[in-house]
Amino acid sequence: MLNRLFSGDLPRSRMLTLLLIAIVAGLALVPFIFPGAKAINVAAKICVFIVLVASFDLLLGYTGIVSFAHTMFFGIGAYGVSIALTRMGPTWAAVAAGIAAALAMSLVLSLLIGLFSLRVKAIFYAMITLAVASAFQTFASQMSEITGGEDGLSFKVPELLRHGFALSDQPFLGVSLDGKLISYYLLFAVSVVLFLLMLRIVNSPFGRVLQAIRENDFRAEALGYRTVVYRTLSNVLSAGFATLAGVLLALWLRYNGPDTSLSFEIMIDILLMVVIGGMGTMYGAVVGATLFVIAQNYLQDLMKLASDAANGIPLLSNLVHPDRWLLWLGILFVVSVYRFPTGIVGKLRAKVLGKP
Amino acid sequence: MNSATAGSPVMDALPSVNADRLPLLLVPVLALVALPLMGSLSTWVTLTVAGLAMGMIIFIIASGLTLVFGLMDVLNFGHGVFIALGAYLAMSVLGTMTGWTASEHLLLNLLAALPAMLVAMIVAGGVGLAFERVIIRPVYGQHLKQIMITMGGMIVGEELIKVIWGAQTIPLPLPAAFRGALLLGDAAVEKYRLIAVVIGLAVFAAMFWVLSRTKVGLLIRAGVQDREMVESLGYRIRRLFVGVFVAGSALAGLGGVMWGLYQQNLTPQMGSQVNVLIFIVIIIGGLGSVGGCFIGALLVGLLANYTGFLVPKVALFSNILLMVIVLLWRPQGIYPVAKR
Amino acid sequence: MSAPLLRLEGVHTHIGAYHILHGVDLDVAQGELTVLLGRNGAGKTTTLRTIMGLWQASQGSIRFDGEDIGACRTPEIAQHGIAYVPENMGIFADLTVCENMLLAARGARRAQDIDERRLTWIFGLFPALQKFWQHPAGLLSGGQKQMLAVARAIVEPRKLLLVDEPSKGLAPAIIQNMIAAFRELKQTDTTILLVEQNFHFARQLGDRVAVMDDGRIVHSGAMAELAEDEDLQQRLLGLSLAAHQ
Repeated sequence: MLNRLFSGDLPRSRMLTLLLIAIVAGLALVPFIFPGAKAINVAAKICVFIVLVASFDLLLGYTGIVSFAHTMFFGIGAYGVSIALTRMGPTWAAVAAGIAAALAMSLVLSLLIGLFSLRVKAIFYAMITLAVASAFQTFASQMSEITGGEDGLSFKVPELLRHGFALSDQPFLGVSLDGKLISYYLLFAVSVVLFLLMLRIVNSPFGRVLQAIRENDFRAEALGYRTVVYRTLSNVLSAGFATLAGVLLALWLRYNGPDTSLSFEIMIDILLMVVIGGMGTMYGAVVGATLFVIAQNYLQDLMKLASDAANGIPLLSNLVHPDRWLLWLGILFVVSVYRFPTGIVGKLRAKVLGKP
Repeated sequence: MNSATAGSPVMDALPSVNADRLPLLLVPVLALVALPLMGSLSTWVTLTVAGLAMGMIIFIIASGLTLVFGLMDVLNFGHGVFIALGAYLAMSVLGTMTGWTASEHLLLNLLAALPAMLVAMIVAGGVGLAFERVIIRPVYGQHLKQIMITMGGMIVGEELIKVIWGAQTIPLPLPAAFRGALLLGDAAVEKYRLIAVVIGLAVFAAMFWVLSRTKVGLLIRAGVQDREMVESLGYRIRRLFVGVFVAGSALAGLGGVMWGLYQQNLTPQMGSQVNVLIFIVIIIGGLGSVGGCFIGALLVGLLANYTGFLVPKVALFSNILLMVIVLLWRPQGIYPVAKR
Repeated sequence: MSAPLLRLEGVHTHIGAYHILHGVDLDVAQGELTVLLGRNGAGKTTTLRTIMGLWQASQGSIRFDGEDIGACRTPEIAQHGIAYVPENMGIFADLTVCENMLLAARGARRAQDIDERRLTWIFGLFPALQKFWQHPAGLLSGGQKQMLAVARAIVEPRKLLLVDEPSKGLAPAIIQNMIAAFRELKQTDTTILLVEQNFHFARQLGDRVAVMDDGRIVHSGAMAELAEDEDLQQRLLGLSLAAHQ
């Protein structure tokens, strides 16, 4: 049963299993163990990023393609539902329409980009996605009458999800059963389902072909697999899941703007999460996203302390300033690609196999 | 096949294949097509000079990148760092010579601008040398890692620029004599744009001379086509590559100075913004082709200025549109480089 | 007998996951033309590429002119005096014939620096090169490209030429021209290791012959011996010369 749920692809390491159980349990129980707005916001962000990073891993780790347009699809999802809710009012029909429109747009775009550039080398694809993503970002901020421009869109969500909505007047285990709690659990459940679905995909025959192409596209082609078709499909699937992650984020935040879903900085975050967690493992997305989002939210506070302490020392205080968070991430990223290419999951699994 | 006869098999004539000159027409054709759309000749002249200036600067920046790719199959996503680095260095150097830059005297202006450009090129080249060693060398032949590592290098470089010079936008005023416009008939042409075109042409001419008249240049061109054969002839292509990488970084530094003066202000993100343009240009030109890169850069520069005037909303996508059209016509770019 | 110019002992080469050479032992004597025969995929090209350092041998030793070159990189091996004409000829298509030759002449900085007497001799062997001297090499016909490839290898004196299938895809008349050129080369006491599929071509030039199969040398001896022994040909090459002619 459990084996089927995980598509036969179990963590294969006791440490990893414990870590995953701790993460999932933590996420499931956050509202009860860590009261306060910050904890639940961090947990929701982790859930969204697990889906987003897993969808990127589908492309990078399993197909061996680097795309810099992943946040574009993430943004399309977020904008789709935001625009629909702004225009059509806070109804479930609007949510559905937003999701459908966003998925359709992602489908078309990813199909076009894929067919256009996946024939050629990985490098070509990376360059083209970078160009398209940056154009899209400018486009989104230019079309301010629809997207809200740089300010973004704040909107109302369907009543069930609103913070003011109360399921019951009685708090349950000290936690009030309000729309926020419902939103969180809805988000959590959808994330779990999406993750398991992606796990199923990478362990299906289709997923095996993707990995064969990643290892040796020439041989896969010789065996009769149309690599362009498989790569494009993987691209489309990955874009679709990223879009859904965007929908989740927008519904949770009840706001969307370029910085929350489209910026290149998020693209870098995703890259980092997938590398730290472990490429081509799916579970790496869970570990990577969790560690990263927690670090992002709590380490920056630490940097602020350090920066204040180093106040007056000219360069050092700049180096540890919370705004230079990305500098340290970048260094960590470069070092982990060199030294740590299999990520945390890879390391944990290697231990099981008896390799140092 | 060759139609050799028994008598003189070796004397069969050269197949009459014309060299591919069609793409050379693209730039003048684009300029001519734009002419009737502009409404007035003077507007057209102004925009064309602006477009050529922009194209030249982009070419200076992109040429090194395309050669580095052609030679070693290395695409440096961190190329933008050298652009921003060059611009900030120039700003610092010019800042120490405000007396000369503020002077209306052209000679004093040049005396200030030249060292600024020189410093930008030397430091960018030096950083390029280190970048090749630390960032690129360990991941030769591994495309996936290469893309990620060089992108990581880009982020770190951009952040370091913020650490040194701050994250805010900094104005970079033109030296006094470079400001203002010349009147060509009715058309106002900014002096600096003319200067940029001249410098761009000089760089192109120098590069053309090196690549066609010197042995090192021939080796670079040969290496782009067949790396193994160059090694089999007894040349160390690694050294050649490091040399091209350093030169490409230095040119990016120079281009950064010129881009900064063109925009007249600097942001740490300028590198990654220009990077996107450059990628489009070298894809259009055909990865590894300097000639294609030149044409691509001019097309992008002209189109950006024309559409910016005619339909500003479309201007944002004009580059991508151009890339799509070119790739539909020639999927490997204007001048595909014959590979191994 | 003095030590051979080139000696391979127990050379193994892996390409990725594939084990191609399984212990090649091969001697190439000074001043002789040795032909390496064998069917497709026997490892002939891999042997040449391994000598040239384009693939790294995983095991065994390669000695050239008294030195171990097994660990050298390709440019150093070339500088030891080995010239290589690959199967695809390795012509720089965008460069002119002259520029191609200039790059092959390591000692020359400009075209004028190329040894004039040697060039005249090469033009005698391959007149087409003189005729198309300033033309892009990419415009040459297949046979002319092959001539240029060989000419590049001999533009300066080299101790050993490695030539991979110079007759491949050429018209019969051009093959004759190529044979004549190699005969002339042999007069100059150049040592040559030639990979061939075309036994007819090989028989006319070879002093010695080595036959490869499945990554090993399965026969080596004088060419005359193999040329006369049809049974041996049948066994080693799956053909007899009589049937082939």
